[in-house]
Amino acid sequence: MKILVPVKRVIDYNVKPRIKADGSGIDLANVKMSMNPFDEIAVEEAIRLAEAGAAEEVVVVSIGPAKAQETLRTAMAMGADRGILVETDDEVEPLAVAKILKAVVEEEGPGLVVMGKQAIDDDSNQTGQMLAALWGRPQGTFASKVEIDGDSVSVTREVDAGLETVKLSMPAVITTDLRLNEPRYASLPNIMKAKSKPLATKAPADYGVDTAPRLKLLKVEEPPVRQAGIKVGSVDELVTKLKELGISA
Amino acid sequence: MNVLVLVEHAGGGVKDATLSAITAAKALGTVHALVAGDGADAQSTATAAAQIDGVEKVLLASDPAYADMLAENVSALIVPLMAGYDALVAPATSNGKNIAPRVAALLDVMQLSDIIAVEGPKTFRRPIYAGNAIATVESSDAKLVITVRTTGFAKAPATGGSAAVEAISGSGDAGLSSFVGREAEVSERPDLTSARVVVSGGRALKDAETFQAIIAPLADKLGAAIGASRAAVDAGYISNDSQVGQTGKIVAPEFYIAVGISGAIQHLAGMKDSKVIVAINKDPDAPIFQIADIGLVGDLFTIVPELTAKL
Repeated sequence: MKILVPVKRVIDYNVKPRIKADGSGIDLANVKMSMNPFDEIAVEEAIRLAEAGAAEEVVVVSIGPAKAQETLRTAMAMGADRGILVETDDEVEPLAVAKILKAVVEEEGPGLVVMGKQAIDDDSNQTGQMLAALWGRPQGTFASKVEIDGDSVSVTREVDAGLETVKLSMPAVITTDLRLNEPRYASLPNIMKAKSKPLATKAPADYGVDTAPRLKLLKVEEPPVRQAGIKVGSVDELVTKLKELGISA
Repeated sequence: MNVLVLVEHAGGGVKDATLSAITAAKALGTVHALVAGDGADAQSTATAAAQIDGVEKVLLASDPAYADMLAENVSALIVPLMAGYDALVAPATSNGKNIAPRVAALLDVMQLSDIIAVEGPKTFRRPIYAGNAIATVESSDAKLVITVRTTGFAKAPATGGSAAVEAISGSGDAGLSSFVGREAEVSERPDLTSARVVVSGGRALKDAETFQAIIAPLADKLGAAIGASRAAVDAGYISNDSQVGQTGKIVAPEFYIAVGISGAIQHLAGMKDSKVIVAINKDPDAPIFQIADIGLVGDLFTIVPELTAKL
């Protein structure tokens, strides 16, 4: 079985995003970029499945600018076997990403697609579900545990009320949540080795997908700023303040 | 505009998240509510949904295939219904987030996730970058698929409506997935996302026993729900459904009491719309104090029991 892992290059999760002065978007010039954290978890899970003998090959794919090659190399340094870059400088929305991924899936024929549940830039949480829908296959979203059993996969999901487990017939799409695993760091020898792993470059047009956006971004603004309030010096003072504000025990 | 709202329900009743979604849907047009479920629970949910102020009609799809809200089955139910609607609105709950994008893709629509305001018939505001920025976006699609951040909208009154309930049927089991089971945390406490008071603990609580020993008495005294930072959940102090933050639950209670939580941006994204934020932390420079209305610097292990006793 082959596992396909889509990865996205995003602003590093420790960087506080700056809004452009004209409100047209987020300023990404000279900002540290990294692999989307949820995608790192997806890469790790795919590699673990391969290491456990459940898969023969892990293929990573990224849709983005030429620099997304670095993200693919990072995934290959972790242990993925080869990469596909679908190169575009345009912003590609989740629906168009899902359409490109569906075309890649048709070419590659994976048994599983494992991907992050959301990207930490636009926080959409859509692409995996959309791919599963377009592909006509089941989805196990927000996964905290994945177990392959023959032709099906059991996915334990983090949901509002706790955890639930679903059984999906394969092929299937899995989206990862935070507690699925802890991604490994790539070792220096593996980083060197990743440089010679195969990386194919394609364009959205190769897959016949129109990436014109459906949503028009009218403006980006700062959220309302919350002012720091007061510091109190004792529990008694805190109790007084809370009672003034109407807390009731 | 005709709007279909996907009803979030449990135990035969409508969840509060639905009421916020209905407020958002009312800003767009005429509201019909879809109850997908099974048996008596679905029936009583439909009866409750019919009484929500602003709901003009309830569609009830009762089938074992919809009992556990499997996305494959429920999306296949919704897609043909959308021929008669201009928009699908779902609360941004784990069910809504699971199902709505599947519907959007099948309708060839780019979904609007997690909206916090309706600015016009096709224009919405939504947080991006963990709430560090607010985007205003306009859809060019013929139909809309929307998930609603429930803290962005007031709850529609649960009574005052008298909608008719129409039974419908869908294609049932898509044969792709099956429900195996759930591990739900049983708690007498109010629901985290709709509680008036939330007491949240962080990594400083040391372990699961200490977390309970310090946080639970204060929560009990205040009738509060218990929340946690990601660090506390990752460390196993409490189960995942208590996580507040960008990827956990988004809460906006009247009082949010953060105990031993430093305030990573991913956590702040989940609670900064709370009315009153109280922070108790030993580090005077913790980022949580930059957004707290009332801060108390000190040792939580002495402060919290004293606070519990004196409130």
